[in-house]
Amino acid sequence: MNQPTQARIFTLKIDGVDVAAREHETILELAQENNIFIPTLCHLEGLTEFGGCRLCVVEVQGSNRLFPACMTTVTEGMEVTTDSERLRVYRYMILGMLFSERNHVCSVCVSNGHCDLQFLAAKLGMTRVEMPYLHPSMVVDASHQHFIMDHNRCILCQRCVRVCGEIEGAFTKGVMGRGASSRIIHDLNGAWGDSKTCTSCGKCVNVCPTGALAEKGKSAGEMVKRRDWLPYLRSMQED
Amino acid sequence: MMIEKFAAITAEERQAENEHDHTIKVCVAAGCLSSQSNEVLTALKNGLGEHRGCHVKGVGCMGLCSQGPLVAVATKTNATPQTVMYQNVKAEDATEIVQALGKEPVARLALNTDVPFFQRQTKIVLENCGAIDPERIEEYIAAGGYQGLLTTLTESSPSEVIDEIVRSGLRGRGGGGYPTGLKWTTVAKMDGPGKYVICNADEGDPGAFMDRSVLESDPHRVLEGMAIAGYAVGASEGYIYVRGEYPLAVERLKIAIRQANRLGVLGSKVCGTTFDFNVHIRLGAGAFVCGEETALIASIEGKRGTPRPRPPYPAEHGLWGKPTLINNVETFANVPAIIRKGGAWYATIGTAKSKGTKVFALAGSIQNTGLIEVPMGMSLSEIIHEIGGVPIGKCKAVQTGGPSGGCIPAAYFDTPVDYESLKALGSIMGSGGMIIMDESSSMVDVARYFMEFCMSESCGKCVTCRVGTVHMYNLLDKIYQGKAWRRDLNTLEKLCDLVMNTSLCGLGQTAPNPVLSTLRYFRHEYLNKLLDGAEDGRMATAATTQPLEARP
Ligand SMILES: Cc1cc2nc3c(=O)[nH]c(=O)nc-3n(C[C@H](O)[C@H](O)[C@H](O)COP(=O)(O)O)c2cc1C
Ligand code: SF4
Repeated sequence: MNQPTQARIFTLKIDGVDVAAREHETILELAQENNIFIPTLCHLEGLTEFGGCRLCVVEVQGSNRLFPACMTTVTEGMEVTTDSERLRVYRYMILGMLFSERNHVCSVCVSNGHCDLQFLAAKLGMTRVEMPYLHPSMVVDASHQHFIMDHNRCILCQRCVRVCGEIEGAFTKGVMGRGASSRIIHDLNGAWGDSKTCTSCGKCVNVCPTGALAEKGKSAGEMVKRRDWLPYLRSMQED
Repeated sequence: MMIEKFAAITAEERQAENEHDHTIKVCVAAGCLSSQSNEVLTALKNGLGEHRGCHVKGVGCMGLCSQGPLVAVATKTNATPQTVMYQNVKAEDATEIVQALGKEPVARLALNTDVPFFQRQTKIVLENCGAIDPERIEEYIAAGGYQGLLTTLTESSPSEVIDEIVRSGLRGRGGGGYPTGLKWTTVAKMDGPGKYVICNADEGDPGAFMDRSVLESDPHRVLEGMAIAGYAVGASEGYIYVRGEYPLAVERLKIAIRQANRLGVLGSKVCGTTFDFNVHIRLGAGAFVCGEETALIASIEGKRGTPRPRPPYPAEHGLWGKPTLINNVETFANVPAIIRKGGAWYATIGTAKSKGTKVFALAGSIQNTGLIEVPMGMSLSEIIHEIGGVPIGKCKAVQTGGPSGGCIPAAYFDTPVDYESLKALGSIMGSGGMIIMDESSSMVDVARYFMEFCMSESCGKCVTCRVGTVHMYNLLDKIYQGKAWRRDLNTLEKLCDLVMNTSLCGLGQTAPNPVLSTLRYFRHEYLNKLLDGAEDGRMATAATTQPLEARP
């Protein structure tokens, strides 16, 4: 009775292969363990899941709905399909939406060559954007001493918001507005440079998938983001 | 003892009523208030003068909001009590109304109540609306209120309460139609303590005002329903999440909660039993998405109101991570009647799968704009033509279910109104808004309107809804302006499919519904607007006269 409860092990099928998974494991974690690639943007190991980019949707047998792999936990006997014609079409369109939403001109971006969005576009074989560009006029906040925030490149994945609150504990970053006018803000929508809560730790810059957050004075070749510290800091928190 | 207290209050109310031969009821719900019914109320009170046999009071919504301010005069001088209704009453009419007491009614203002609008309704949720003063708990009790709660607490076990709800066949009135009994069972089975009950009063659909009327006209009913639910599922805290745009509803709820706490039918040791139930009010700030249950919970917790993927459902992981029961205002308002009269009684009303009644808000190009309550299964035609008073042939379509619903053309008006039938037609029951459209409405424009609503109400969390609604709106606008081609229509359909299938929450998943349903029934209206829309695929003549759209 009083023994520590052990996680149960489920057996299920992912892309036709029989696999075993721990209870509470997500489909995404399971896929990664089994070297199955599922595209993601808002997911980052070490941060709580967000479920906003919709790129990781997968099919589960017996349901017409699609499920975000990052937030769906495994169940016994589940049959997951991570790649199909339908999913490929959807992912391609979602990626196109991200490119059409703001301004992603790679050739003049500081993240050119090491951008998660660009990487996925190449990986999914994207050759053009079918939807018209919306090109809203967005500002660039260069008020911080070391960093720069270019809203034109932001895909609202909120990795920066999560790392700032969950790991650094500063809660400087937040979101304002709704729908397409949502925007990352600092404190109560002040200039980043004026923020009293920002510790200038730079974590947000390093987790940003695109060129929306960058270090000042760095060229595209130098602006490589490092994230190896993140799972480590998270595991330290959990201990 | 509570039961004696109730009896004393009821006796007092009856006596006070018997002292008067006439009772004048003035509607003081939002609709009539906006046409100065409060001035009518004051004028009538002042106008009484030495008239001792008459009592004037403010009551809730009487339904026919378009003819407001409404005044009802109940007379019981003769053997048979009579009620006369007056419409479009102004403060100046007060003396005339008072003078007519006990005589012939003022013909100029009289409203004929012998019409389908009044005769065809079945009132359960609205039974006290327009009859009692919403700011006095005594009147609610005299009308049989809180008796259900009292008998529940003293005579039934929680599982018996749930059985009663299951037997009634009640389904959620917030839009989804999820079986209420099943939801209660799930929450009851979760391990406590620290469960919550939430009442969703964030009514955000354009054109809907059912929940608002219930809260403004009979707030105690919702509180009683919540308390019964709290007892059934084992929760001792309740939250009502009301839109900030409903100040009158909030005010009346505050008064109601204060009165109920003072009387001991809410708060600690409810009705002298060991059951505690405290109700708190939380105000929404006008975001439509905060009506979605997980976003609503985030908002109560003080976070940004954005949804999260379900499962886990709130029944398992809700407010502050605790098992939470969340139901709509109208769902809770049905509960006291079910408990009082029994689930079996409730199940006799309605259709096989949709039990009971439904409140609808009629709006649009319709004669009788207002609030009605009809049994499930009544046909659209009865609602629109008979109750609504729209002549046959003068109505093109009806939009049900708000931005998540669809347009049903007049040809399908013999469909019974129940969850399944509306769904089969590509619309939904939704929360109960019905917008009636005449021949002059363009269906493309209707679709564009609802898409604009979804676009500005999208929370922005997930990409497909945030960006997809903008692209869909732009395409609809382009079609409406007559600047679009067939391929634009194709793209629109592809986007509808994508947004429906990949969005995170119900807002995005249902945002394409108005487009899909208008495309299903009124495709020709879209085609007629396309530059190359003619049936044989030839370009319409307009194309030769209009310049190609400049590329951005
Ligand atoms: C975008 C969106 C808006 C919603 N708005 C409301 C609302 O205003 N009122 C409501 O009762 N339910 C609303 N709902 C449904 C709720 O999420 C939830 O299903 C409902 O409150 C459950 O109550 P019920 O079972 O009594 O229907 C909305 C859902 C979505 C997806
Ligand atoms: S579907 Fe729309 S409203 Fe719902 S989470 Fe996504 S962006 Fe927000």
